[in-house]
Amino acid sequence: MTTPEIVFTALGVVAVGSGVLVVTTKQLVHAALWLVVSFGALAGMYLVLTAEFVAWVQVLIYVGAIVVLLLFGIMLTRAPIGPSEGLNSGNRTPALAVALGTAAVLVTLLVRGFKDARIDLDPGGGSGDALGEAIFREWVLPFEVLSVLLLAALVGAIVLSKGGNLPGRNGKGR
Amino acid sequence: MSVAYPVVFSALLFSVGVYGVLARRNAILVLMSVELMLNAVNLNLVAFDVWLRDALHGGQVLTLFTIVVAAAEVGLGLAIVLLLYRNRSNIDVDRQDTLREPEQEAR
Repeated sequence: MTTPEIVFTALGVVAVGSGVLVVTTKQLVHAALWLVVSFGALAGMYLVLTAEFVAWVQVLIYVGAIVVLLLFGIMLTRAPIGPSEGLNSGNRTPALAVALGTAAVLVTLLVRGFKDARIDLDPGGGSGDALGEAIFREWVLPFEVLSVLLLAALVGAIVLSKGGNLPGRNGKGR
Repeated sequence: MSVAYPVVFSALLFSVGVYGVLARRNAILVLMSVELMLNAVNLNLVAFDVWLRDALHGGQVLTLFTIVVAAAEVGLGLAIVLLLYRNRSNIDVDRQDTLREPEQEAR
């Protein structure tokens, strides 16, 4: 194993391990915090793969924005602080079987398929320079469409959370 | 570095996300598991982009787009979850059964 492979494996173990903790922990807030660890390790993996810009965007948007948003969601739904029962539904065993099956099939297939392919890690391929040029030369139309999508999502979220006079809603609960 | 490392880790992360989506009951935890699955896909995209040395950087640009779409998805998803909490005062996904077939209620 070369040095990048060792670093990558260590980061991958951290990412997958904290991912497992996200889906098994009994405390809601801890799940969000383990998600931070998982995303941070993933950002490190992007760095090893020379994708620097993606790594920093990952830290900014996932760790900075999405996890904070999830923590706000936890807070606003008045989740209990301590360990709480009933976070898992009754179908844990089938879920475990499906997940293990997915993992087994995918890992076997991918290892057999990509065992001999090598990545040459040259720095610079994922710098902000190269990616900015690619986005604003080749991908500028998808980029603009995406900003319209973000605007639509923003308006949708405001409309949904303002509530008020939505048609067909009785506002009383059941 | 062998391509097998990133793709195997992304497959494992995806399976963890699948387990979370299927086994969790709290809607916010389901959203977190969806994020894990999206991140597995992102890792694959970056790895293949670096491997194939795409001149247009398609993989990494698509990763950035996926991250933005994920942010929009979480924003909308949490708005829906909050609305659900306001109307039902619980966010357990298997208790939202208004559209269930009526004959199954006998069980």
